[in-house]
Amino acid sequence: MKVPLSRIAHARSGDKGDGSNVGVIANTPEIYEFLRQELTAERVKEHFREVCRGRVERFGVPNLLALNFILHDSLGGGGTESLKTDAQGKTHAQGLLAMEIEVPDHMLEG
Amino acid sequence: MRTVRIGNGSGFWGDSIDAPVDLLRGGEIDYIGMDYLAEVTMSIMMRQKLKHKDRGYARDFIDFIRRVLPELQERGVRVISNAGGLNPKACREKIFKEARDLGLKGVRVGVVEGDDILPRLPDLIAAGHHLENMETGEPLDPILDKVSSANAYLGARPVVEALDQGALIVLCGRVTDTALTLAPMIHEFGWALDDWDHLAAGTVAGHILECGPQCAGGNFSRWWEVPDLWNVGYPIVEAQEDGSFTVTKHEGTGGMVSVDTVAEQLVYEMGNPREYITPDVIANFTTVRLADAGPDRVSVSGIRGGARTRYLKVSASYLDGYKAAGQITISGPKALEKAQLSADMVWKRLEKAGVHFEPECRTVEYLGVSSCLPGILEPPEDPPEVVLRLGVRDPKRSKVKRFGYEIAPLVTTGPPGVTGFAGGRPKPQEVVAFWPALLERDEVESHIEVTVEEV
Repeated sequence: MKVPLSRIAHARSGDKGDGSNVGVIANTPEIYEFLRQELTAERVKEHFREVCRGRVERFGVPNLLALNFILHDSLGGGGTESLKTDAQGKTHAQGLLAMEIEVPDHMLEG
Repeated sequence: MRTVRIGNGSGFWGDSIDAPVDLLRGGEIDYIGMDYLAEVTMSIMMRQKLKHKDRGYARDFIDFIRRVLPELQERGVRVISNAGGLNPKACREKIFKEARDLGLKGVRVGVVEGDDILPRLPDLIAAGHHLENMETGEPLDPILDKVSSANAYLGARPVVEALDQGALIVLCGRVTDTALTLAPMIHEFGWALDDWDHLAAGTVAGHILECGPQCAGGNFSRWWEVPDLWNVGYPIVEAQEDGSFTVTKHEGTGGMVSVDTVAEQLVYEMGNPREYITPDVIANFTTVRLADAGPDRVSVSGIRGGARTRYLKVSASYLDGYKAAGQITISGPKALEKAQLSADMVWKRLEKAGVHFEPECRTVEYLGVSSCLPGILEPPEDPPEVVLRLGVRDPKRSKVKRFGYEIAPLVTTGPPGVTGFAGGRPKPQEVVAFWPALLERDEVESHIEVTVEEV
């Protein structure tokens, strides 16, 4: 079934120089393994194509069931130089959780 | 095993002024950490210090101390803060004045100095420290005359020294946020300089605490599950000598501490999870184990760390031109079309006046439609209203100022339904840019001074 990522994970974002980071935490170990396959850096870059001008890096944090994404050049100059309302990428986690993703039905139970 | 309770009462300058008082009065606590410094804060404080030689620290901190000093002294609750900014000694004098006004005696206040390397920059550069920008690799020298502040991030050690000398309050300038939590653990448990696993544990505890309620239900993805956010409890770490600790908050407060709220804070502002580099240690966040330990209690253990590096991070700030932004509200029908026309009018009128901004130096945002997450969340086809926000940046103050004159006229020259122009013309603000660099640890640490004085 196609659902927003927020059905199976939660997340937080903040700034990292002129980029942002989005840490996505899976609700279960099984979902973590699923997201490791599905939620690639390329897919996140495509999702944020109008926000992120640089590359997207991904790190695994298996002990927290988390994937950490760095969205390079996504703040319009970063920190005080940026003219954006969201100059710190505070909203990027909410943006990623809105991604529609095809999830096996049994992962949505419970 | 002995437990030491360390709380965080301020995550940044501008945080709740009642939170640290509630943290003190709401239950058992041994130490309160108070963070005030963002990168931009240092340059603001530099300007204050240039105007008045006895300013340049976070004055909100004095208001807090005035409210609670007798209680701190009576209960022996110690406060560690970077509120000292660029003038921790002036901050201490102010606290001593408050103590005298309150009729208190025996108030010991420690000051940590040595982070401010601005006066030393020419000598450091002459000695071959080029302070290359960590992002671009360029040396600092060519912009040296524009630099308005330069501070090295200090670690927990000098704070420990002040605690060892009996300071009730420790005032620092630029120390890492995590040092505010790690220092009392080192002081209490006597951890060695190279006890990397324990230092990493204290650092992870500091990272969890450093943004205050963000680990206790604030900014949580499933916000609808969080009770009484209005009264959110600021977090407390119950630390033990073996490096394990429990994250919790006072009973009777709002918010919630769960494995999920703590995990979200762990990934906040995370880079490479295996290398969380501080002046004290390199903490490995992939070793952190979280477990539910009862209502509003999360136990944290298993943390491993590696040897600290030879360098300290330096953050310099410099004036990099000016910017301004202004906004106006536009109602529907066709709010977005009218906002687009209005934005276009502003740029054309500026061009006519001979004021040109390159595309990368100007911004147009349609708040309510697409400003935060363009291309991700679908806007309504015809939104009932839109806030148009325009901004520019330029090395010339006069150009930025000229831009500020063009928003208000839209009320009468633009399409109908334009309103909400309050607050006057947007004024140019200085753009303070940051220059991150590395410096040999010894160059900084040989200049650190810790003084503890009593009134």
